[in-house]
Amino acid sequence: MAEQFEPKMTAFVCNWCTYAGADLTGTSRIKYQSNVRVIRLPCTGRIDFMLVMKAFSRGSDGVIISGCHPNDCHYTSGNYHARRRWMVFRDLMDFMGIDLRRVTFSWVSAAEGAKWAELVNEATNTVRELGPYKEVQELTAVGID
Amino acid sequence: MDALTSKAKELLTAGTVKVVIGYGKGTGESRRPIFVRAAERAGELVVDAGCVQNLATYLTKAEVRALGRMAIVAVPSTLRSMLQLAAEKQLREENALALAIIDGDIRELATFDAIEEAVATVPDAIGEADQKMIDKLTAMSVGERRAFWAAELGRCVKCYACRSSCPMCYCERCTMDCNRPQWIPVASHALGNLEYHMVRAMHLAGRCVQCGTCGAACPVGIPVHLLTFFAEQTVRRQFGQKGGANAKLDYAMSTFKPDDKETFIR
Amino acid sequence: MSERYILTEGSIGTLLEGLVSAGQRALGPKEAGNRIEIAEIKTFADIVQNGQSVVSAKGVVFPKVERLLKYRFEGKNVALDDVEPQAQPTVLFGLRPCEARAFHALDVVFNWDSKDKFFNARMANTTIVGLTCTQADDSCFCTSLGSRPNDTQGSDILLSPLKAGGFAAEVLTAKGKALLALAKVALAPVPLNAALIPPATVAPAFDAKALQQKLAAKFDSPLWAEQSLRCLGCGACAFVCPTCVCFDIQDEADTKQGQRLRAWDSCGMRLFTLHASGHNPRDKQSQRWRQRVFHKFSYYPERLGTLGCVGCGKCSRACPVDMNLKQHLADAASQG
Repeated sequence: MAEQFEPKMTAFVCNWCTYAGADLTGTSRIKYQSNVRVIRLPCTGRIDFMLVMKAFSRGSDGVIISGCHPNDCHYTSGNYHARRRWMVFRDLMDFMGIDLRRVTFSWVSAAEGAKWAELVNEATNTVRELGPYKEVQELTAVGID
Repeated sequence: MDALTSKAKELLTAGTVKVVIGYGKGTGESRRPIFVRAAERAGELVVDAGCVQNLATYLTKAEVRALGRMAIVAVPSTLRSMLQLAAEKQLREENALALAIIDGDIRELATFDAIEEAVATVPDAIGEADQKMIDKLTAMSVGERRAFWAAELGRCVKCYACRSSCPMCYCERCTMDCNRPQWIPVASHALGNLEYHMVRAMHLAGRCVQCGTCGAACPVGIPVHLLTFFAEQTVRRQFGQKGGANAKLDYAMSTFKPDDKETFIR
Repeated sequence: MSERYILTEGSIGTLLEGLVSAGQRALGPKEAGNRIEIAEIKTFADIVQNGQSVVSAKGVVFPKVERLLKYRFEGKNVALDDVEPQAQPTVLFGLRPCEARAFHALDVVFNWDSKDKFFNARMANTTIVGLTCTQADDSCFCTSLGSRPNDTQGSDILLSPLKAGGFAAEVLTAKGKALLALAKVALAPVPLNAALIPPATVAPAFDAKALQQKLAAKFDSPLWAEQSLRCLGCGACAFVCPTCVCFDIQDEADTKQGQRLRAWDSCGMRLFTLHASGHNPRDKQSQRWRQRVFHKFSYYPERLGTLGCVGCGKCSRACPVDMNLKQHLADAASQG
């Protein structure tokens, strides 16, 4: 039997809400797929939009971005800025040919341990269906003589 | 053109400005940027259908600013650039005088208020051919778009003609120039080209006046202006804010509304 | 040693096929939208016989991005992978004579003190078939630099169109001879009375030797500030140029592995001479513009015995603000 493709998921999450929420998932002993590598940042406002491209070019098949709900940002407005940024960058990525089905955005609070598990499972299942994402990673070998 | 020549002569003779930035005859039928300082040479200024390049990029060029107070022959996109530069504190009202070309007339616009009024009367749509191309691209599948940009950007040599000709790319240390860490690869391989053009489009979203000078500047004919146009259109549609509308900063990407509406965040 | 043969359009097609089946990559000036590009050519019809490609063919021997070495960490050790240049045998078919000449200017730099193995490997595997120009444009100025539209220098074979159709192929080097042998095409010698289509007329705009002498006294001239006012400091001129050779070295690495790349660079860009201290000896565009002119027309001939320019005019055509090099040089040569 052929080995099933297991997607590599990278998650960029904010420290105060989603990271704490993911911690709660663990302490609540809620199981979820282990394909995700979590990268903690102070705030979604700090997430450079190019981090998504960096994740893909390094071999991620899917990316998750998650932070505090609007109005709950630990730094007051970081997530508002992030939201605006994603509203534009998402469209631009699509325009330039990046597969948006592989990028998942969410607000997960420190109390939403169950939501984090659900989010990761769904995103991972979606990307597993889609298969490996080599299109950006392959670019690293193109155009160098 | 005569009206422009006499205006320029008047301004230079009186010492009101030290240089008139405008268009002059170039190689063959082309037009090139010229910098008239002597009143006797005001006749070199040309205004015709070939004068489309956005000259506002010179308003932030140190060597040009060093000449003294500037007058600039301004097509509508140049006027918008002046407003955006003013909004971003890169241009003072007393440093630059606009000689606006609107509907074939030359109007001296000495204040940003006057420029705002003037641009409000000029329709803001991008050219038909460019809009058609954007529509064509948005109608394609993601894979088709990826192939399109891979083919186009494959020609990119990272000469930065696009960046250098853009009035809004005035940063003395562009993100491309910072190397600890080198965030976006400098080399013109496939990934380096894709990332650079993505970043540039994002950095212009909400600031671009849609003059198309970047695309015209590209020596290998990549329609890079379509990327910045698209980013700008996205901002306008989503937030109702746009580049070059007025001299007070209203930058979509550094502001927000608590109830900004999106459809994709779970 | 040169021998002349007739090549018809048909035999050129056969020649190209023969070369490709013998493992050569055939590149030449090809139409791409409203531009000319150096791209793969398969038949005679692919070749654009007059006009200049936007970007030169130098990428064949000096690519815009080239890997020099790779490494990876294996535990505490570094495994270094030296890179051998992938020098695919290539024939540049239908190149302008100015471009053919330009390879020499690259060669003198890449073999000046250390011998660049990458350039040399690629150069050794590249054969150049030039094509005489019967048309030129406003930006061309080969004749100001001691050359002409049917210059043989730099070509292994030079094709010149015949009035009666077809081309006279002048075989100039052993490499050229070997190329023809490779293709196994039957070759007839050119009849004595075969008339050539006259090459293009390119009126000289200035004299390179006179310019070189004048430049010595012009270092502090206000001319450079004047000419460079509109220059944007991008790299378009340097990157399309067949003789420009400046490069940047970029190390792209992460904690596990890395590669060292060589990429084109331009002296017109502000960062080119920025020191780590923050000092920049060429901080003004006028200094960079002056450097460009002096490098090509004064330092090169003085130190390397050849001009750093072949008068192809690609720089002028590519420049977004119409810095017409021919015009600038003529002005520099004529003013006192």
